[in-house]
Amino acid sequence: MRTTRLRVDRERCIGAGMCALTAPEVFDQDPDDGLVLLLHAEPPTAHRAAARMAVGVCPSGAITLDEPEPTDS
Amino acid sequence: MGESLHTVTTLPTTRRTGCPFDPPAELIDARRHGPISRFTHVGGKPGWLITGYDLVRSVLADPRFSSRKELLNVGDFEVPPPPPGEFLLMDEPQHGRYRKPLVGRFTVRRMRLLTERIEQITADCLDAMEKAGPPVDLVSAFAKPIPTMVICELLGVPYEDRGSFQEQIDTFMGGEVSDEELMAAYTATQEYLAKLVAAKRANPTDDVLSELTDSDLTDEELRGISLILLAAGFDTTANMLSLGTFALLQNPAQLAALRADPALTDGAVEELLRYLSVAKTFMRTALEDVEVGGRTIEAGTTVVLSYNTANRDPERFTDPHVLDIRRQSAGHLAFSHGIHQCLGQQLARVEMRVAFRALVDRFPTLRLAVPAEEVDLRPETADIYGVKSLPVTWDKEE
Ligand code: SF4
Repeated sequence: MRTTRLRVDRERCIGAGMCALTAPEVFDQDPDDGLVLLLHAEPPTAHRAAARMAVGVCPSGAITLDEPEPTDS
Repeated sequence: MGESLHTVTTLPTTRRTGCPFDPPAELIDARRHGPISRFTHVGGKPGWLITGYDLVRSVLADPRFSSRKELLNVGDFEVPPPPPGEFLLMDEPQHGRYRKPLVGRFTVRRMRLLTERIEQITADCLDAMEKAGPPVDLVSAFAKPIPTMVICELLGVPYEDRGSFQEQIDTFMGGEVSDEELMAAYTATQEYLAKLVAAKRANPTDDVLSELTDSDLTDEELRGISLILLAAGFDTTANMLSLGTFALLQNPAQLAALRADPALTDGAVEELLRYLSVAKTFMRTALEDVEVGGRTIEAGTTVVLSYNTANRDPERFTDPHVLDIRRQSAGHLAFSHGIHQCLGQQLARVEMRVAFRALVDRFPTLRLAVPAEEVDLRPETADIYGVKSLPVTWDKEE
C-alpha cells in the first residue's frame, strides 16, 4: 500500500513557519536558520489533514505531498 | 474575450459610513465584476487591479512579478531603488540576503518563548489602563505600547528612546502629513537608527540588532533592516489590536463567545486578520508578459493587489463580510504570500493572542465610550488601516 509522503525543499523555504504553526507534529523549524524541518515524511493518519493544510498555506511552495490515488478498487 | 472589463480609475479612498471594517464599496464592487480589473495608477499609468483571492495569491507566488521599487511603473517619474536593507521592495537574491539572517530569529518556537514576557508587558499596560480610567483611549493605553515595547526589546532599542521613536513612525505611517513632514520623520528615524547600529557595534547587547552586527552586513544595511522591522513590527500589530478590539466590540456575540471560551483565541486572531486585512494593498510589476485571469499583463506594467478584497472573496470564504471567529480562516492573505510573506507573523500572532485574551478577561464590561460613528479612523492614504484613537469605558468594580 502506498502512503502519504511529504517532501520539503529547504532551498525554496522562506522560514515563515506556517507549517510548524499548522502541523506542529509534522513540521518544525531549524533553530539556527529557521527553515523547515520535516519530522514525519509519512505522517500518521491523525496528522494528515493538518499536513495537507500546511502544504496549502506554505507561502513558498516548499512542501509537496504525494498522496495515493483515493482508491483503485 | 468579449465580456466587458471592469475599470477602476483610482484607488477608492473612503469606506462606507457605518462600515469601518469593510473595504471601500468600489473595491467590493470591482470583485463582483471579476477578479481582475483595469486600473489607472495615481501617476496616470495604466495598470491592473486584482481583487480575487486566487489571482492575488498566484501573482504573489509568481517570480515573473517583481517587488523591486525602482520598477514601479505608476507615473512619468523615476522611482529610486530602496535603500540597502529595505528588503520588502527587492527581489531575490538581494531580498534573501537580508531576510535569511533574520529567519531563525523569528521562528514559531522562538516567538512562543516570548509569551511570558509579552504577558507581563500586557499586564502592565492593563494595570495602567485600569488606574487611568474609565474612560481611556485604547490606542495609546494598549494597542501601541504593547507592540512597541516588544519590538524595541527584541531589536534592542533602549527604553527611554521609545516615545520619540514611536512618534516618528506614527508620522510616516499615518498617511496624514505633507511630503516634507514625512521625509523629516523618515530622516530622523534613519539618523536615530544609524546611531543605534553604531552603539550596538561598540557594545553588543542581547538583542537581534546586536546579533546582526556579527554578520557581513554593513551599517547602512543594518539601518535599513531595522527600519523595516520596527515599522512593520509596530504599526501593523498596533492597528490590528485597536481595530480588532473595535471590531469585537461591534460584534457582541463574537466577543461574548471569545470571552467565554479561551480555546477560541487562536481562531479569533486569524479571523480578525482576515476580516480586517490592515495591510490593504501591495504592488508588483510584471517582468515579462504574463497571463493572469485570462488577461495579458504586459511586461513593465504594475499591478495593485488588494488584500482586503481578496480576503473577502466569496469564492474563497463563505459570507466573507461576516466576522466569525469560529470559521476556518487559515490561508488568508493578511500576511501576504510568496517569498515576502511577513517575517514577523509569528510574533504578531503571539502578541495578538496574549493581548486580546488579557483584554477581554480583564474588562468584562468593556465598551465604546463614544458612538461608533465618532471613532476616528485612519484615512485610506495610510499604508496600514486602523483607528487613530478608540475611547473605551467599562464598569468599575467597587
Ligand atoms: S511554511 Fe513553507 S516557507 Fe514557511 S517554514 Fe514551512 S516550508 Fe518554509
